[in-house]
Amino acid sequence: MPSLRKFLPRAVARTVLSLALTYLGLLAVTFFIGRVVPTDPALAVAGDRASEEQLQRVRQELGLDRPLLYQFGVYLGKVARGDLGQSLLTSNPVAEDIARVFPATLELATVGIVFGVLLGVPLGVWAAVRRGRWVDQGLRVIGLLGYSVPIFWLGLMGLVLFYAKLGWVAGPGRIDIAYEYSVPTVSGLILLDAAMAGEWEAFRSALSHLALPGALLGYFAMAYISRMTRSFMLKELGQEYVVAARAKGLSEARIVWRHALRNAAVPLLTVIALSYAGLLEGSVLTETVFAWPGLGLYITNALQNADMNAVLGGTLVVGTIFIFINLLSDLLYRWLDPRTRS
Amino acid sequence: MPAAPRFPFAVLLTALSLALPLQAATPKDSLVQAMAFDDIISMDPAEAFEIAAGEIVGNTYERLTQFDIADPSKLSGQLAKGWTVSADGRSFTFELLPNLRFSSGNALTAEEVVWSLQRAVLLDKTPAFILTQLGLSKTNVAEKIRQTGPLTLTMETDKAYAPSFVLNCLSANVASVLDKKLLLSKAQGTDMGNAWLKQGHAGSGPYKLREWRANELLVLERNDQYHGRKPALVRAIYRHVKEAATQRLLLEKGDIDIARNLAPQDIDAMKGRPEVKLDATTKGTIYYLSLNQKNPHLAKPEVREAFKWLVDYEAIGATLIKNIGVVHQNLLPVGMLGAASDKPYKYDPAKAQALLAKAGLPQGFKLTLDMRTVQPVQGIAEAVQASARKAGIKIEIIPGDGKQTLTKYRARKHDIYIGEWASDYWDPHSNADAFTRNVDNSDEAKLKPLTWRNAWISPELTKKTDAALQERDTAKRAKAYQEIQAEFRKQSPFVIVYQQTAVAALRSNVEGFRIGPTSDTTFLAPVVKK
Repeated sequence: MPSLRKFLPRAVARTVLSLALTYLGLLAVTFFIGRVVPTDPALAVAGDRASEEQLQRVRQELGLDRPLLYQFGVYLGKVARGDLGQSLLTSNPVAEDIARVFPATLELATVGIVFGVLLGVPLGVWAAVRRGRWVDQGLRVIGLLGYSVPIFWLGLMGLVLFYAKLGWVAGPGRIDIAYEYSVPTVSGLILLDAAMAGEWEAFRSALSHLALPGALLGYFAMAYISRMTRSFMLKELGQEYVVAARAKGLSEARIVWRHALRNAAVPLLTVIALSYAGLLEGSVLTETVFAWPGLGLYITNALQNADMNAVLGGTLVVGTIFIFINLLSDLLYRWLDPRTRS
Repeated sequence: MPAAPRFPFAVLLTALSLALPLQAATPKDSLVQAMAFDDIISMDPAEAFEIAAGEIVGNTYERLTQFDIADPSKLSGQLAKGWTVSADGRSFTFELLPNLRFSSGNALTAEEVVWSLQRAVLLDKTPAFILTQLGLSKTNVAEKIRQTGPLTLTMETDKAYAPSFVLNCLSANVASVLDKKLLLSKAQGTDMGNAWLKQGHAGSGPYKLREWRANELLVLERNDQYHGRKPALVRAIYRHVKEAATQRLLLEKGDIDIARNLAPQDIDAMKGRPEVKLDATTKGTIYYLSLNQKNPHLAKPEVREAFKWLVDYEAIGATLIKNIGVVHQNLLPVGMLGAASDKPYKYDPAKAQALLAKAGLPQGFKLTLDMRTVQPVQGIAEAVQASARKAGIKIEIIPGDGKQTLTKYRARKHDIYIGEWASDYWDPHSNADAFTRNVDNSDEAKLKPLTWRNAWISPELTKKTDAALQERDTAKRAKAYQEIQAEFRKQSPFVIVYQQTAVAALRSNVEGFRIGPTSDTTFLAPVVKK
């Protein structure tokens, strides 16, 4: 392993600049797309029945009557101060809204990715080892189902079967109404908050609500992760060091799990990180089917109602997640694999 | 060979066993509803104008007058014990019930009523027009609405309107009475508490707003200060569930008591199930196609008429709006004073073709139709596209979200638009004002009703609408609207297609729930759970 102390400063310096540019690009693109769409945000506030005078007044209040560049400048200044503006729909500061909805998505995505990794990696390894055999074929079918079946439909079917028919899991929403006020909000992560408060019945209720959407997202993550694991593993298993290891008489299990998987883990890290970022971005359809009040639902609703501050704020958060997870996986990648550092 | 990884299955089994079924029933003292309420932007009655917000304000605030939801043409007092109208028809005097209190415990007297009405006019948010159309303005409201005693007040209008019109306007949410003392303590600058009230509560209704989490949860709690019969249920909870299929599952499992937004096929599936019952009410909402008169083809009277013969009302009624609407061809919804039930038009492409030939367009022409991508609007747009093709009219559908299509409609840049119109207050003028009146058709016009949006002006109908508004004899007034509608059906560029029916599916142990004809008249106070 290379020394972190030598490696870090250079990488940080290089990335800070590209980070700043990426951010500026992200802000500019979302801002101008938001202003170019043929929708009048003032309508969202004033409503269809508003008179022209009232609309004009709202436009003025929102600063929509100023030149675009001026509006962008004001927006940049605000963002720099950490002010994402006020949501037209909720009348709350956007930052506050996002702080409220994001933990719901974080909880769901984390369950999803844990599920996806725990199942996807071993299955992928297994499929690579038994290439062409029934495990491999079966995994391909499962993967194909994961890509081709709309998540929306699968979610609904899951609800019908596991919630309505079998009663194994709780239905849509984050927690049963009965426990709605028994858990004090500290972190916003219901499981954590319930555990900290010692409210175990509420904890069970939240876990039961999380099981199905979490498993569903996990299934999609699993389909992708297992496929990528399989292909990375196949590449590794064809390498010379594997042949050499076999010649040395190492056990097959040791070759696969200790040597090949360790080398495949480097690119796999990026795949897992990006899957996680994708889940955090808000799985809009899953959140709609399961009435899950998360970031995806928040942004979609904001978009439909031309709530531009909320759209921009939400996009900024999603962009930040992507940029940082990308950065993190990139740094790890370079740290773990010296060949990529030149 | 590597050892087969067994642990994922162990993880799966553990996850499933942890997620054991939990009690799926709603609390006995609470009513739990699933409803899409992502339209709410404010809880201030002077500002709230969206459908879901209307229902909440209707249950948490009170007004001077109210109409009987069993017979919407009947008016009674809510906070008012009684009223008198002066001989010239321009001055209304109200006397309040004694010993009224807000949920905060503050007294509710004529002072608060006067302040609340003045506040709505002064804030001048969207619904303010319901009051300003009576001749009230920011400059004159202080002298037009006056307190005359501890429990009495008077209001003067600029003209002698039909008394039913004035009293109906005062039954609208914008005329809700607010807790002046509380709001002034929360005021920021000159906003009279508006910023705080967007999410707060300052009313005297049977319930008070405890919490509103946008797109998640809305909780109402019984108001123990309420002057009328107190609700049996302690809480009323709304869960934001957008998906109709999800609402249905929740209802079937008993996780909610009422599902409010079921799709036609879900409603069908609910029929005949012993644990579920349905409540249907015809709402004051009509759906229509409108033809922009800026398009020279659509401006021809024969083409306008042809379109009325090109909608397959029967097929739409039997499929697309089954359970959620009834075919309707008039501008006033059934149930309102002066409503008509005439349905002269049916699908007749041959007749339409003849009319097009008469207009000099025997080969037909091309058009665009702006459509929101929601049902049943999308289905209707496609149905009209198919039925109009039979007469040679080629329609290109332009899909968009609600705000997008609306922006275009308001700028009158559409050819055809499918619109939805809900009455703002329970009086025929609410619809007549939008569909028949237009005093200035220029691009710079100050008033921009639906007639203007379609660049249609009829001085004659405008005159008749103004006259009907001042008709003080209720029977004569109703007749005037019948005549207006007969003219409207023939001439207007509006093809009214159907009137909405709202259906709620309830668990059979829920009693006393009834959807009102307007959004603010779905009352929760009478609801009990057996």
